Amino acid sequence: MIPTQTANLQLDSSGRLKHFLTVEGLSRELLVKIMDTAESFASVTEQTVKKVPLLRGKTVVNLFFENSTRTRTTFEVAAKRLSADVLNLNIATSATSKGESLLDTIRNLEAMHVDMFVVRHTDSGAAHFIARHVAPHISVINGGDGRHAHPTQAMLDVFTIRKYKNDFSKLKVAIVGDILHSRVARSEIHALNTLDVAEVRVIGPKTLLPAAVESLGVSTFHNLEEGLNDVDVVIMLRLQKERMSGAFIPTEHEYFACFGLTEKRLACAKPDVIVMHPGPINRGVEIDSQVADGPHSVILQQVDHGIAVRMAILSMAMRPDLEASAGDRS
Amino acid sequence: MPDTALQVEPLLDRLENALREEMTAREFADPAMIGIHTGGAWIADRLHARLGLAEPLGLLNISFYRDDFSQTGMHPQVSPSVLPFRVEGRNILLIDDVFYTGRTIRAALNEIFDYGRPAQVLLGILIERNGRQIPIRPDCVGQRISLAADQRITLSGPSPLQLRVHLVSSQP
Repeated sequence: MIPTQTANLQLDSSGRLKHFLTVEGLSRELLVKIMDTAESFASVTEQTVKKVPLLRGKTVVNLFFENSTRTRTTFEVAAKRLSADVLNLNIATSATSKGESLLDTIRNLEAMHVDMFVVRHTDSGAAHFIARHVAPHISVINGGDGRHAHPTQAMLDVFTIRKYKNDFSKLKVAIVGDILHSRVARSEIHALNTLDVAEVRVIGPKTLLPAAVESLGVSTFHNLEEGLNDVDVVIMLRLQKERMSGAFIPTEHEYFACFGLTEKRLACAKPDVIVMHPGPINRGVEIDSQVADGPHSVILQQVDHGIAVRMAILSMAMRPDLEASAGDRS
Repeated sequence: MPDTALQVEPLLDRLENALREEMTAREFADPAMIGIHTGGAWIADRLHARLGLAEPLGLLNISFYRDDFSQTGMHPQVSPSVLPFRVEGRNILLIDDVFYTGRTIRAALNEIFDYGRPAQVLLGILIERNGRQIPIRPDCVGQRISLAADQRITLSGPSPLQLRVHLVSSQP
């Protein structure tokens, strides 16, 4: 039986994950389920054979219309650890550059009996568009679309926070930097609010904060020291220079002088604060190397957690078109 | 609805004795024990103490190795596998609560071999019921019982450990 789609494109009629396009509209229970599932994948890396057979025989296509070595690689590792076959399509050198439409590309891949698309695109909404047009058995995972969403990055970030901080409801989380151009920040804000974090702060120059950003459920600061006061988690964002078309900041040097995270500024936060960054880091622009490599930094752990979280999302979305059967199968 | 209770302690006694005899017969030196999550881990915990094994008990969560993922999908598991010893070349005591179709043990063996190649694996089961579907069966059992197709046997625990036979509404 093919499950019917609900009002939320991401869920099937039973409320289970079909596509993973955005954190918006997903329940707290589902986000916790993703994190719990990711937790159980941690032991796979301790095996001599770092694979489990869950997705054996399935084909995952990394459909990247925008360059990203890190995200593509972690999706590839995650899919391979689930025993899926992986196709990496570099769209810049593929048929779309010869004039083929996006839907023609999708149809051709569907004809090759693939099972999942991981999509990264410069246009907001591209993953949604593909999800609305793929064959019913195919799942679509958003690997980042324009300025809109980067839900798997948000999930690996909240998973990392959970690893170090037990109770979301008591946490103050600061997101610092280029909020305006950041799909990561948008998804993180939705995830943190869904998980009932006590306070989410965004810190940055007025030119890099969206208008009416408070409507997302955050408090705003334009002074880094004030914003960092007493926070448990600091998430630094990369300056999205490739998405900036105007003079949003005077110079990188001046940006670092006002909003760069140094050890001295980090002292405003709680003593056990953790520092995160989705990467790649612009050292000396957003963050000082002493902080990036320091004792509060969990940046490399984020990369490790990214694989487990993506394994969880891939396996949950690649669920069957059958209703679950109950009973002892021992 | 039938709700027939079986006493766990006498079954543990029989399983322990059977394991000791089999280990002697197979010259099963320096064993490491693995329990299958959840019921098997409870039984293994008890046998681990009874047999006086010094090395920590291993825990196997076979969810990622099941052959019915394409039918049942993904469920969150918060107890990942933990094998606090090297599997390569070891004699492994694999313990589960109920043996039914054999598919759980197949999955467990696949997972164990992804950690390394053991020298021997000895399978101990508290209750073996009818309904085997693949050519795998336990070496040592506490008791063998015959149940109707719509009956299941379930272990609850960990304290107290209780076995219960009950009806199910659908086939696995």
